Amino acid sequence: MSAGPENRKEPSLGALVLAEGGEFSPPGVEEFFFPPLVGGITKPMVLAVLALLICVSFYLIATRNLKVVPSKFQFAAESVYDLCRNTIAREQIGSKEFRPFVPLILALFSFILVNNVFGILPVIYFPTLSHIGYAIAMSVLVVYPVYHIAGMRKHGVGRYLKNQLFPPGVPKAVYILLTPIEFFTKFVANPLTLAIRVFAAMLAGHLLLLVFTLGGEYLLIEASAALKPVSIISWAFVIVITFLEALVLVIQAYVFAVLSASYIGAALADEH
Amino acid sequence: MVKAFVLAAEGAPNPILPHVSEIILGTIAFLVLLFVLWKYAVPRFEKLYEERVEAIEGGIEKAEKAQAEAEQARQQFNAQLAEARTEAAKIRDDARLESERIREDLRAEAEAEAARIVAAGEAQLEARRAQIVAELRSELGRNSIDLASRIVGESLEDEARRKGTVDRFLAELDAAGATN
Repeated sequence: MSAGPENRKEPSLGALVLAEGGEFSPPGVEEFFFPPLVGGITKPMVLAVLALLICVSFYLIATRNLKVVPSKFQFAAESVYDLCRNTIAREQIGSKEFRPFVPLILALFSFILVNNVFGILPVIYFPTLSHIGYAIAMSVLVVYPVYHIAGMRKHGVGRYLKNQLFPPGVPKAVYILLTPIEFFTKFVANPLTLAIRVFAAMLAGHLLLLVFTLGGEYLLIEASAALKPVSIISWAFVIVITFLEALVLVIQAYVFAVLSASYIGAALADEH
Repeated sequence: MVKAFVLAAEGAPNPILPHVSEIILGTIAFLVLLFVLWKYAVPRFEKLYEERVEAIEGGIEKAEKAQAEAEQARQQFNAQLAEARTEAAKIRDDARLESERIREDLRAEAEAEAARIVAAGEAQLEARRAQIVAELRSELGRNSIDLASRIVGESLEDEARRKGTVDRFLAELDAAGATN
């Protein structure tokens, strides 16, 4: 919000002129692409590193001196760990094989959550994952190889592919249809949808906030006296949507972690 | 190629096309976090879990032990109580027996005393009787001699003869008494 209005005018002079003339130009995706802050470094890059530092320091401080009877801070950290370990990883992967994947699930959930919180955090007000690159980094470059490699290491390449592409208990003729679908799902769609889901949610949610914020501002400055109070309604919506966003961003982080765990679980499953 | 596309559509960049730099940075940042969690945070949490499980199991064990001890103490206490009760009963019985015995002793003693007193009285009486008999005997002898001298009219001078006569008479008298 802080950098919004100025930057909004930058990409297109036409929009600036229209706005001056009293026309409202709704914010678009250009809101998400600011010029680099310094050299090639952009705001989301800074935020990604900041999120990394927050997560690392949080877990290092929280686990520095763990007690059997936890303090409040330790209890908070433990709750997150417990959610990732028991609710997500163990449920999805199975109690025998989930242990090696707990760090991955915890990292996914924490990193995405912090980056998403940036979207409603005053001053920062930018969800890192509204740039798809960060989501792809995690889904395509980390989760995707992890679950395939985990499956191949457990079953061997041949049996793994057979498990994944030829699910048992199906009439032979159906494989003509089923195998390409399974292949597309497992090797193409899963990682992409994983990335797009969180990216789209963050982009859309943030855009919604921008529309109501800038709309309210426009009404206050440009509208006739009778319409000016309407801007208050618009800003009230900003608050409501912010709460909605708070919910969505937690859910998105959770869903990303759950789906990653479920892909791993499916890859490790003995019979599909 | 992606960069060229973004530059070409400068007005509204396509948000679905990722920047290579962002993918690289995102991957590196995520892997660093993953490493830290894998190396430090998760093992520490797991260790804590184990410690906690141990602590809880230890606590349960301790509680069970305490309970067993309490149960043992209770049984011991009950046993002691029962023992004390039997002891008390025994003491009571003993006391009763003792009092019985004392009473018996006292009675026996009293009876013995009474018997002793009676015996003493009898002995005294016997002694008195013997004395009286002796006295009477000598008296009777004297009187008999007096009487006999009077009857006979002559004094029996001869001491030895008189004594023999009287003794013979008395022995006859005794013998007559014994045969009767």
